[in-house]
Amino acid sequence: MNKKNIINTANWLILSGSTFIVCLFLGIILWDIFSKGFSSISLDFIASFPTHGMTQGGILPAIVGTIVLTFITTLFAVPFGVACAIYLNEYARPSTLTNIIRASIRNLAGIPSIIYGLFGLALFVDGLNFGTSILSAGLTLGLLSLPYIITTSEEALKRIPNSLREATLALGVTQLETIKDVVLPKALPGILTGVILTLSRAAGETAPILFTGVAFYINGVSMATNQEFMALPYHLYMLSTQHNAIEQVRPLAYGTATVLIILVFTLNLIAFYLRFKNRNQD
Amino acid sequence: MRTKRREQLDYLFRIIFKSTGLITIALLAGIFFMLFSNSILFFIKISPIDFFTGSQWDPETQFSIIPLLVSTALVAMGSMLIAVPLGIFTAAYLSELAPKKLQMFLKPVIEMLAAIPSVAIGFLGIVLVGPGLSHVFGIQNGLNALNGSILLAIMALPTIVTISEDAINAVPKSHREASFALGANKWETLYQVTIPAALPGLIAAVMLGLGRALGETMTVLMATGNAAALPKNFLDSVRTITATIAIEMGEVPYQTTHYFALFAIAAILFLITLVINLLGEYFANQLRKFHAR
Repeated sequence: MNKKNIINTANWLILSGSTFIVCLFLGIILWDIFSKGFSSISLDFIASFPTHGMTQGGILPAIVGTIVLTFITTLFAVPFGVACAIYLNEYARPSTLTNIIRASIRNLAGIPSIIYGLFGLALFVDGLNFGTSILSAGLTLGLLSLPYIITTSEEALKRIPNSLREATLALGVTQLETIKDVVLPKALPGILTGVILTLSRAAGETAPILFTGVAFYINGVSMATNQEFMALPYHLYMLSTQHNAIEQVRPLAYGTATVLIILVFTLNLIAFYLRFKNRNQD
Repeated sequence: MRTKRREQLDYLFRIIFKSTGLITIALLAGIFFMLFSNSILFFIKISPIDFFTGSQWDPETQFSIIPLLVSTALVAMGSMLIAVPLGIFTAAYLSELAPKKLQMFLKPVIEMLAAIPSVAIGFLGIVLVGPGLSHVFGIQNGLNALNGSILLAIMALPTIVTISEDAINAVPKSHREASFALGANKWETLYQVTIPAALPGLIAAVMLGLGRALGETMTVLMATGNAAALPKNFLDSVRTITATIAIEMGEVPYQTTHYFALFAIAAILFLITLVINLLGEYFANQLRKFHAR
């Protein structure tokens, strides 16, 4: 082998090897968690309450908690985020104010999630007196999700050609009606993709709900928004670090991790599918 | 009359949409105000000099951010040492070498990696990376800075790969063609033309990845052991700023010095991530200007 070939091979190995290692990370994570987690998953595990001081039983309240929590986050963050995206893309002209709004959104996206937790504690739990509750936690996650929903919704709105807007405006339709009847329906799949991806992130977040309402154990499943709640990520954290019998509950921790990852991946797959379909339409 | 109502409605919603934009400013200002008003209450009681020069974080005796800051920096730097080369090489492979079909497979892999919740990665640090490290280095406990660095590298990789790939893709084809025409081979073109041209974008990618690593809570909370002492090397247990807030905020009595101290370290973390993100944005803009030329 001559020198040129060696250089070629070495370079190729560095680049493809790095890529392989990155894929390997995902492979190891999924293999370790799924191979040990699937054996603990059963209908009983998903549909029953924890018993015997968390060492047996299921994770039903944590699943319900995470779903209700994500629902509250959606109710708060989606209308708000989409409205802000509409303002930025449809109304705002280049101005100092617009630049400040955009800079704020970019900076909000960079703030560590634990700081959102502190803010949620100060604003919702203490300030507005919602207490440590699923409402406080959901609103906190909503704030955290806002910048992502705004950015992805704006991207979706940007892809709608201006000719559509001009055509309706020329027919004497107001701008609001143009947005409501022409722009939004067309941008909906794109917006939805971003929303679902954002929610999948919110569902896996732990730090922002630590001080705003999550609990290790609650008795019964309640739909009241002023109660503390259980959530899958926090349950996994407690089972793997804070439990008295850590080795004994390891299978439960693996099971919880598996359910959490499946939930998040399902949301992602839906988003991938929507994006794929949307792209093929264009 | 009907037209008038439609116009009123149009006007009303214009104001509603605009107010949501203004609220995002208020939100950032609110976070800023919350952090700094509580920090001021802390610095009234504890002198900033002690805060920035001491060597202990011990709520009983001394509040010094130094051990937490060193821990945070150590874990984040370690993660970048792993993630930057891996991420940039992967991005280069994706944009310059990978066949189209392989790209279609690799991009979802990167997105899946980004989608895994931080708490699941932290769990892996406990059950897999920790025991692995204690076996390799012959130490008792694998929960240390290196463990945290490895996990944070995994978490920062998707950000670094995606943004780096965009940066490399944005380098005009003409640059590469010019380089080939001068007789440079594929690798010389990559290392001496494409990557330098994409450099501001690559730096932006690293900054955003670093921002993510610095602000991550659950992973480091679970995997680094949380000893609040000044770490000496990567095999020491460390406790980052984020982990300290997560551990102590739940137990601290309301509006005590300790309570305000947690806001003070959060304010410092906020400033650090703000600077890192602004730097990232600055470099991203450099790239845009460069290509607009």
